[in-house]
Amino acid sequence: MPMSRHHGQTTFFGMRRSALIVAASAAMGLTSVSALRAQTELLNVSYDPTRELYKDINAAFSEEWKAKTGETITVRAAHGGSGAQARTVIDGIPADVVTLGIPSDIDSISKLSKKIDPDWRSKQPNGALPYTSTVVFLVRKGNPKGIKDWGDLVKPDVKVITPNPKTSAGGRWNFLAAWGYAYEQNAKDAEKANAFVGQVYKNVPVLDTGARGSTVTFAQRGLGDVLPTWENEAFLVFDEFGRDKFDVVVPPSSIYAEPPVAIVDANVDKKGTRKQAEAYLQFLYSDKAQAIFAKHHYRPIKREAAKTEDLALLPEIKLFKIEDFQGNWDDIQKKNFDNGGLFDQLGKQGH
Amino acid sequence: MSEAITPSDFPVAESGLRPPASVVTETGWVRVLLIAVAIAFLALFLVLPLVTVFVQAFAKGLDAYLAAFKEPDAHAAIKLTLITAAIAVPFNVVFGVAAAWAIAKFQFWGRDLLVTLIDLPFSVSPVVSGLIYVLVFGSQGLIGPWLIEHDIQIIFAVPGIVLATIFVTFPFVARQLIPLMQEQGTVEEEAALTLGASGWHAFRTVTLPNIRWGLLYAVLLCNARAMGEFGAVSVVSGHIRGLTNTLPLHVEILYNEYNFVASFAVASLLAGLALVTLVIKSLLEWRYADDIAAGARRH
Repeated sequence: MPMSRHHGQTTFFGMRRSALIVAASAAMGLTSVSALRAQTELLNVSYDPTRELYKDINAAFSEEWKAKTGETITVRAAHGGSGAQARTVIDGIPADVVTLGIPSDIDSISKLSKKIDPDWRSKQPNGALPYTSTVVFLVRKGNPKGIKDWGDLVKPDVKVITPNPKTSAGGRWNFLAAWGYAYEQNAKDAEKANAFVGQVYKNVPVLDTGARGSTVTFAQRGLGDVLPTWENEAFLVFDEFGRDKFDVVVPPSSIYAEPPVAIVDANVDKKGTRKQAEAYLQFLYSDKAQAIFAKHHYRPIKREAAKTEDLALLPEIKLFKIEDFQGNWDDIQKKNFDNGGLFDQLGKQGH
Repeated sequence: MSEAITPSDFPVAESGLRPPASVVTETGWVRVLLIAVAIAFLALFLVLPLVTVFVQAFAKGLDAYLAAFKEPDAHAAIKLTLITAAIAVPFNVVFGVAAAWAIAKFQFWGRDLLVTLIDLPFSVSPVVSGLIYVLVFGSQGLIGPWLIEHDIQIIFAVPGIVLATIFVTFPFVARQLIPLMQEQGTVEEEAALTLGASGWHAFRTVTLPNIRWGLLYAVLLCNARAMGEFGAVSVVSGHIRGLTNTLPLHVEILYNEYNFVASFAVASLLAGLALVTLVIKSLLEWRYADDIAAGARRH
């Protein structure tokens, strides 16, 4: 008995020592990896639906940068609801650039963390917008509920799938698009527009945190009758799930959606990656990147760089700017989405 | 009081006194129905989802399944998961054994409080477990600014993921060992000390060998959870592709990219890990039932 105990004990210690060695070598491996990583990696913190887009953009940029400078550069991406992503930048994710879904999210980073120059919109061409987008409707094949325009979203038997505007830029654009539609329909009566948006959100059974979450809810899990969503996201579902299951309905008017880009000044200065980060954002305005935007169903600002068949899928519709109705982005964010704003008030009215 | 209680009122209380047959009062079809319900429930909520994972993973054949593991992001996720477990599990073994030893073999002030604290990670939502690290180590957090000054990245990097994993898996080893050590008592250690062994020597040659199977069992469960943890890790990860995504996070990303085959393929790896854990766990329970009994009854 004592013999076997003793035997067990030595095995036991042998095992634990080797486990510690594994852990220690793993930790050393980590530090050496991080040493290698310095200087040659960029992190792009982006919003939810741009996963496929930035896979292509990042590969194209790395290739061009290698040809130009001989330097190998890896652009890493992180995706999630735009507001949630802004939060991770504020909390310290070492992002070199942010490419978010709505200007107010970059404003939030600038205000709360001071990591981005408050004047960021003037630092890049076209108000820091390398592309724009809009909101269209994805419906079930044959459009059984007959959804044609924003007004149809308040019909009592229509279930609307949209992400939470608190965390998602797509969710905010949907909210603002519905508001803008009602504002124009009701001779610019803000009270009536507020009431309309309240009606729309009464028809929303589930609020996901990001646009992609809502798309999966609608397309994969089969919930709801209509998914107001980024134009690019609607077409992606077409490509991924087949055109025999869904229709895209383009409303007569929708919102001019502005997903902007910015350098995270504090981070690039600390990491010494400003040169590469600036080049990356400049690349977004190049003909090559503009063509990639159109290929992924975003609206390029240089239409001449895109293929005609890609442009043909992006119909000319009446696009309104929410700034024209509600003032600057500070006000838009505060009035609608900050704590106690219009969205919170909708919740209190028994949504 | 005792006259009021008849055996038929409390059939279970009688089980130790009479043959088991007299305990069952239900008629035959009720028994069949209850067993059928239990099996149907198991099939629907345990077996079916597990089978679905593998069916979906192989939906487009073996090549598509294997392709999921050729992605560099998948390699990175597997590597990070292994690194995380390789740090978190030994850490929890050392501290779990120390905590269990202190609690089971000694009486001291605040002992009950310590037991409660060890249980805390089980009772707190994993999301909260992650958020506390953001609140402490985030750039707006308690020591975040100091970390930034000294160029130390904790959250949205590997150290944060390891910390969150250690936190959520902390109770496994201690909770397994405390009842086992309590049951074993301090007699053998006292004998060793009487014979002149030092405290450390007694611990190494008496206490540790006594608990080794219980400990192995605990390590197994701790490892399964360390590799499978989603909530807490998701909060501190930052979801940087190829850098801070563990296997469970990688599964979610693939799913959200409509890459269902790859998503379920990677999920099948985790499910496979769970099955292996289960088999080893059952083997241990069967072979070393007495050694781990006190702790095993809790699971």
